[in-house]
Amino acid sequence: MISIRNVSHAIHGAPILHDISLDLPRGGVTALIGPNGAGKSTLLSLIARLVKLQSGAISVDELEVGKAADRVLAQHLAIMPQSLTVSARLRVGELVMMGRYPWHQGRPGAEDREIIAAALAKFALEPLRDRFLDALSGGQRQRALVAMAYAQGTDYLLLDEPLNNLDIAASRHLMGLLREMAEREGKSIVIVLHDINYAAAFADRIVVMSGGRVAADGAPGEIVNDGLLRDVFDTNAEVRLIDGKPVVLV
Amino acid sequence: MARAQIWLGLGLLVSIIGYLFLDAVGSWAFILTFRATKLAAMLLVGVSLAVATVLFQTITANRILTPSVMGFDALYAFALSSMVFTLGAAGYDAIPQPLLFAANLTLMSGLGLLLFMALLAGGRGDILKMVLTGIVLGILIRSITGFIQRLIDPSDFQTVQVASFARFTFVEPVLLGMAAAVVIPALVLAWRMRFRLDVLALGPEAATGLGEAPKRGQKQALLLICLLVGAATALSGPMSSGFSGPSNFFGLIVTALAHLLIKSERHATLLPAAAMIAGIVLVGGQTLMERVLHLATPLPVVIELVGGALFLFLLLRRRAV
Repeated sequence: MISIRNVSHAIHGAPILHDISLDLPRGGVTALIGPNGAGKSTLLSLIARLVKLQSGAISVDELEVGKAADRVLAQHLAIMPQSLTVSARLRVGELVMMGRYPWHQGRPGAEDREIIAAALAKFALEPLRDRFLDALSGGQRQRALVAMAYAQGTDYLLLDEPLNNLDIAASRHLMGLLREMAEREGKSIVIVLHDINYAAAFADRIVVMSGGRVAADGAPGEIVNDGLLRDVFDTNAEVRLIDGKPVVLV
Repeated sequence: MARAQIWLGLGLLVSIIGYLFLDAVGSWAFILTFRATKLAAMLLVGVSLAVATVLFQTITANRILTPSVMGFDALYAFALSSMVFTLGAAGYDAIPQPLLFAANLTLMSGLGLLLFMALLAGGRGDILKMVLTGIVLGILIRSITGFIQRLIDPSDFQTVQVASFARFTFVEPVLLGMAAAVVIPALVLAWRMRFRLDVLALGPEAATGLGEAPKRGQKQALLLICLLVGAATALSGPMSSGFSGPSNFFGLIVTALAHLLIKSERHATLLPAAAMIAGIVLVGGQTLMERVLHLATPLPVVIELVGGALFLFLLLRRRAV
């Protein structure tokens, strides 16, 4: 379980998060949604220790973020980075192998190679194994990054807007892979999404943030409705139920 | 990959043998000792600058930066000019070599480190901001140096000029030993960082996710860079041509060639490749100039010329940035 206790955060004096306490239980896909500037990316960055905690506490299982050793935390919590600095000369296989770094510390063994092979197969990356990252399409690239996070072998996986710049096929494919990882391998996935429809279709649980606070929290069917869109997103979109799942008509 | 490294090793070997044995006139014992000392100095300086540049490019995520852009060479010229200015040429020449070396090394490594740390703390850990501020500070130091040099007695100024070029003409074994005592441990530490550097090269976000705190790695790398560049510059004088501008093209040439030949981002192959190329460029270049072409032109001048062209090429070919 990821437990967030009394977390407040300010950037250059401007408050971003107000005293947030939230539990994200083990297993399933949790989507963080909210309008721009709601603080969802900041919250995710704090859990991922990309940004230093200012007040409050966050723990992942028994490990307290900011106190636990970096390597140990990296064996429990993976982050799918939004972008990589150096990409031109890295091959897909090498990138996915980097995901094992918290375990092998640079000296991969037979077990690591097996896991890499499995990850490449699972994400259909075998034909691209020796391709350089800059020779991939946007969707392939995202898939390689997810494969890297998957290879890290952690119980928790955090993703910040992975669907940016992806077309509908790549988006659905990626969400399907995440769904499958949660269902078949019991991974806990926390994902920041822009599109409410993707959140409603693929997440088990949605946490809605607004103005640095948690505005709603529950299963998609319970919380996605006309009222939410009006109050939180400030727009008059209609919500219909299709096969029991809420769909926002845009 | 492996083949490129074998070729590099062979190239280095040929350069070394050529340097030691070509064109020898007189007593072999004397010539070999004399040349071996110079050879050791060149290798030490070359490898230090190559490794420092690779580290710098990795932590700044930029392929056209070298540590000298931050004004290391400017610091050397500044220290030299202020010493000659305050002590006079005679006073400067009277300083015992080991003391001068130790002072230069401490000054450059110390000030460099102080600069890095202050800039890193001031810029909230923003490494690009650090680099930009460093460049501006480098210009400031160069201007102050230029000002001091205009105040120096013209005859004393000759001392400054002579000492401002990288020189391998005469190397005191004591100084070589002192430089090695700094450089070799730093190289060992850099080598031990090789896997961590691979992770850091992915960017701060990915590195954090993989359990490698980017700031700690950056600081350690900066410390090593300061020691390596400080020791190399104190031993040989600045590799860039004196006061002419922000250009340590040597490191740039070496890393660009390494990236070109070794098609891999892994520091386990990149670091040795850059080090070997540095050896080939310095030792091979010196052999070519002195022994084959019998030219008296200092090697740094040629390196500057080739490096300048390469720099433009890298700038224009956007991918490499």
